[in-house]
Amino acid sequence: MATLLEARALTAGYGGPPVLHGVALAVEEGGVTALLGANGAGKTTILRALCGMIAASGEVRFAGERIDGLPTEAIARRGIAHVPDGRGTFAELTVEENLRLGAITRRDRAAVAADLEGALTLFPRLRERWRQQAGTLSGGEQQMLAIARALLLRPRLLLLDEPSFGLAPLAVREVFGALARLRAEAGVAMLLVEQNAALALDLADRACLLETGRVVLQGEAAALRRDAAVRRAYLGR
Amino acid sequence: MAAPAATPPPLLEVEGVVVRFGGVVALAGVSFEVGHREIRGLIGPNGSGKTTLFNCISGLCRPAAGEIRFEGVALSRVPRHARARLGIGRTFQHTALFRSLTVRENVLAGAHPLAGSGFLANALRLGGRVRREEREAEETARRLLALLSLEAVADAPVGRLPFGTQKRVELARALAAGPKLLLLDEPAGGLNHEEVYRLARLLFRIRREFELSILLVEHHMHLVTSVSDRVVALDFGEKIADGTPEAVRAEPAVIRAYLGEGAAAHGDAA
Amino acid sequence: MEGFAHQLVAGIATGGIYASVALALVMIYQATHHVNFAQGEMATFSTYLAWAAVQGGAPWWAALLGTVFASFAVGVAIERVLLRPMRSAPVLAVVCAFIGLMLIFNSITGAIFGYAVRPFPSPFETSAPLLGGLVSGHALGSTAVTLAVLALVWAFFRHTGLGLAMRAAAYNPVSARLVGIRVGWMLALGWGLAAAIGAVAGVMVAPVVFLEPNMMLGVLLYAFAGALLGGIDNPAGAVAGGFLVGVVENLAGAYLVGAELKLTLALAIIVGVLLLRPSGLFGRAVESRV
Repeated sequence: MATLLEARALTAGYGGPPVLHGVALAVEEGGVTALLGANGAGKTTILRALCGMIAASGEVRFAGERIDGLPTEAIARRGIAHVPDGRGTFAELTVEENLRLGAITRRDRAAVAADLEGALTLFPRLRERWRQQAGTLSGGEQQMLAIARALLLRPRLLLLDEPSFGLAPLAVREVFGALARLRAEAGVAMLLVEQNAALALDLADRACLLETGRVVLQGEAAALRRDAAVRRAYLGR
Repeated sequence: MAAPAATPPPLLEVEGVVVRFGGVVALAGVSFEVGHREIRGLIGPNGSGKTTLFNCISGLCRPAAGEIRFEGVALSRVPRHARARLGIGRTFQHTALFRSLTVRENVLAGAHPLAGSGFLANALRLGGRVRREEREAEETARRLLALLSLEAVADAPVGRLPFGTQKRVELARALAAGPKLLLLDEPAGGLNHEEVYRLARLLFRIRREFELSILLVEHHMHLVTSVSDRVVALDFGEKIADGTPEAVRAEPAVIRAYLGEGAAAHGDAA
Repeated sequence: MEGFAHQLVAGIATGGIYASVALALVMIYQATHHVNFAQGEMATFSTYLAWAAVQGGAPWWAALLGTVFASFAVGVAIERVLLRPMRSAPVLAVVCAFIGLMLIFNSITGAIFGYAVRPFPSPFETSAPLLGGLVSGHALGSTAVTLAVLALVWAFFRHTGLGLAMRAAAYNPVSARLVGIRVGWMLALGWGLAAAIGAVAGVMVAPVVFLEPNMMLGVLLYAFAGALLGGIDNPAGAVAGGFLVGVVENLAGAYLVGAELKLTLALAIIVGVLLLRPSGLFGRAVESRV
């Protein structure tokens, strides 16, 4: 399979000392790469650096082209949709408006309508909440809205920052079930940050283990599942 | 006239609390209690009323009916700002810290409600009392920073710290006010397995050293079951189960509304 | 009774002006969380442009249209050139910049056009009062124009993709970038729109208050009072607040405090709202659940 996203020597931070020290990682076309690591290891920072939300150095290639240094909105327009931590929905706007915003840069109206139908089939609950302000949705529904909005960009790559955060067990299953369907049916590639390592490794085909801003282990998800250190720290068995 | 030496009231009594937002019933007459030095789990699907209940206890929201008593005192007659002084502390799911202040300053701000000498004395920096209170607050902050392994970042602005660390800062700030009851909103959010294990030990230690009770909202079922003495489960604003963690987990209504069938396969692996 | 009705109608007419300027203030406030103190002086400058065009022989409506476009361009330019570099400046620095901008526009206007008070023509027949002497032609016409502008702005924000993108950029710039919106340009467009709305308000009020470099000072104060009254974070509320202040100002001026103390009334409303109900009459906080 071809490489869709490739980062080399990625170094980034928030003005102080760098949080990432020369990270290298890749996501295959249609593949899912999971980022594992302790709190503060730099997982969220990687996602932010990849889509230009913070200053970073290093080389990032998406579909063969350099995207490092581009502004966030330009990166989004190339087909990278980021579902950030805290979900980033527009709390004051309705569900409908949030979804319309997901496709705001697209001109192919017929395809947008089809994608909207697809997103609502994936998350039927959003249809019931159509005219409700996003801020009044439950946590699970907000996460669904955030993912659905990201899908309306018709992305080739989804960046997901802790999609299970704050969700009840049932809601977590619902969201991860939808992600698995997306992967299987639409072939959307994903870079996934998730503390629930068992869930993440179920969905992923590759995984990177981060420690204090460096990749210390990476490989097939199945191999990481068997790794003793990963099992102890992330899977608890 | 001495009161009969009956058992003292529970630390917190929630009795028939009803909250409505417009036409939506957020809490439909919920009752339960939290004992002294008890860790009480509170679970339920997103939107089932857990946070609303927290808000009622901490004073951000006023029940339409029912009453909440803290050490026998009806909270409906205690204004919000006085509740911290009464001994109720809380943390938030997404944290509510002063982002540009340092970790130490945030914790010191938490110690403020203890200071009894009042606004005027503080403003004029009157006498030895204010200075003594300040010294005590700094001592408390030092102790808490050590307990929560925050010494290394004590002088860093909170906004720059990773989320999990911010959650510990918020816990330290809540503890600085010397609460008798701690309301924790998803303390395990964003933590991996090993970190959750450490958090569980920390909660036990806090209960022992500070002699307090904890009401814990958490979706991490492994944490809830391993630390809680008893668990309450809510769904659509109603209590659907109340009892030991094992009993609540086995309750069909809880499995249907919250855990999902065959949840043991996934929920626990977290 | 007829006097009362007269004051009421006059209040609605001036209220429309306040509502427009209040809307301009709120638009910029929502996007930047700053109050543009220069909004009034910018409108005055625009009004002088319209006056110069009319003096130069342009038809009245063409002059208005040209002024609206020119003001839009000036608004966009101010954001791009002056405010863009101050994106992450401290609040006080931005406040200083706004005050500076206000003084600059005031003195440029004075330097170019002089400080003499001039009459400004109205396209609406002013000699014969309408509706049985209740309302002047200009009051009726300017109310219709401001209502039309407000309706247009509302429709733009509610029903067009660009309007939605501008609202999204104002509410949550980080997320707006993540869906591909060029947030910087949305801010600049907001400035342009606010300047254009201000220009219409200036041209509509000039025939009443006469043209001079400080003519918008009072209007800005009333508009600010209206915006606060309706909720500085709520465009519809600000418009309602503007109308309300206009009516209250006229009625109070006629029956309560007299014309001299009318401006004091605006200040009293500002202080009162800030003390009693900082989110305004129609201000609403979004209930956020987790």
